[in-house]
Amino acid sequence: MVVGIVSYGACIPRYRISSEDIARVWGQNPPLIGKQLGVFSKSVPSSDEDVVTLAVEAARTAMRRSPVAGDMVNAVYVGSESHPYAVKPTAGIVAEAIGATPNLTAADFEFACKAGTAAMQSCMGLVGSGMMDYGMAIGADTSQGAPGDALEYSASAGAAAILVGKKNLIATIEHTCSYTTDTPDFWRREGQIYPQHGGRFTGAPAYFKHILACGRDLMKAVSTGPGDYKYAIFHQPNGKFPLRVAEELGFKPEQVRPGLLAPEIGNTYSAAVPLGLAAVLDIAVPGDRIFVTAYGSGAGSDAFDITVVEAINSMDRTGPSAVRSMIERKVMIDYATYAKLRGKITMGGASR
Amino acid sequence: MSGLAGVRFWRETKSRYNLTGNRCGVCGTVFFPPRPVCTRCHRESIGRMEEHKLKGTGEVLTWTFVHEPRPGFEIQVPYILAMVRLDEGPALLAQMVDCGPGEVRIGTRVHSVFRKIGEEGKSGVIYYGYKFVPD
Ligand SMILES: [Zn+2]
Repeated sequence: MVVGIVSYGACIPRYRISSEDIARVWGQNPPLIGKQLGVFSKSVPSSDEDVVTLAVEAARTAMRRSPVAGDMVNAVYVGSESHPYAVKPTAGIVAEAIGATPNLTAADFEFACKAGTAAMQSCMGLVGSGMMDYGMAIGADTSQGAPGDALEYSASAGAAAILVGKKNLIATIEHTCSYTTDTPDFWRREGQIYPQHGGRFTGAPAYFKHILACGRDLMKAVSTGPGDYKYAIFHQPNGKFPLRVAEELGFKPEQVRPGLLAPEIGNTYSAAVPLGLAAVLDIAVPGDRIFVTAYGSGAGSDAFDITVVEAINSMDRTGPSAVRSMIERKVMIDYATYAKLRGKITMGGASR
Repeated sequence: MSGLAGVRFWRETKSRYNLTGNRCGVCGTVFFPPRPVCTRCHRESIGRMEEHKLKGTGEVLTWTFVHEPRPGFEIQVPYILAMVRLDEGPALLAQMVDCGPGEVRIGTRVHSVFRKIGEEGKSGVIYYGYKFVPD
């Protein structure tokens, strides 16, 4: 049973703050911080944007570019760690906004930064088993790092939606596999605004171990090597880790760079890999093979082996909905505006 | 928090989320928000009003800066409120976002985006709906 990608869409907020501006506020070395992290600016959601609005915009673009009508979508799954409600699904609101209600199943997924790819796998299973025709998998986040914390330089916002099906495919997904453990590298307890992380513990035993194992499992399963892929997309908590893990797996920087958005928009968490995939699909040609490995703290990796097919040529991938256009259509803001937009300013009684 | 305002908003979800209006089956006039009868055809249009989804594209008829916000909009001050003429005909009042005063003029082409409209405090329901951005 061939399962694949029918359509996709992305959403990146328009505002950006530079790493230099954040570093200046906290007395850090402004030019050095950006270079150390490989993140020079990050996207900032407006005060009226959240995971729901970003997910809806991404999903609407995916629907508009596909031949699929809203009521043909049988599942909407939204992966995020910043759902606006603790109880009340983002997925139901998205389903309503794309005209998919009421005859569908919907749920919110959570697995740190890989909830979006977990949603993709669920859609693949349901479509592949013949239980449904089309499923919408979305990764979306508006994540926050505590003021002054290292995470503040990277935690950003974005969304990407992948419409999974077995007809009208622009790309086939040949294989997917996962690698999951119980690792306390990063967490946020219920009711807390900002996450905690295990400092250096987030590198080798977490990000690198899981991506390396999962990525190698995938290539073993489909008998490929790094040279078989035109593009490689990795989770991107910063601009450095993806290039390092790629090198360890045997990929070259030019395979990674087209899907590496963290230097310009930061770490979009659950949206990071789906957005990287969207950026690559924007420029891919039929026959291109794409290697994808997501990572979520806690911890686990999901890997995908994707091949672009002929029909991608008839999809409109240019204009304002292209990931590149969204990255370039930016407005830089200062730390004061950022603090206001992100709710870091406490209003008087007026803000309730 | 009582859910009454939430219930009222919820009834209008279809038009607020998806700009769903209606269209007179007699003369073709499009209405937003949807009307029970056509303002031109009156009784003749009864039973002939059809649901009609608007594209969300149009142009600015007029706009203003808001410095004295209504409750819940304090953090967004100053913001732009515009009267937008949709391409299908109806005009509506909506907030303009992601733009500064230099980017909005009478005649500016705009399209709708899905945004947070408001919320019933930090523990209440969140309202979503359309706002507009310049093309
Ligand atoms: Zn009429």
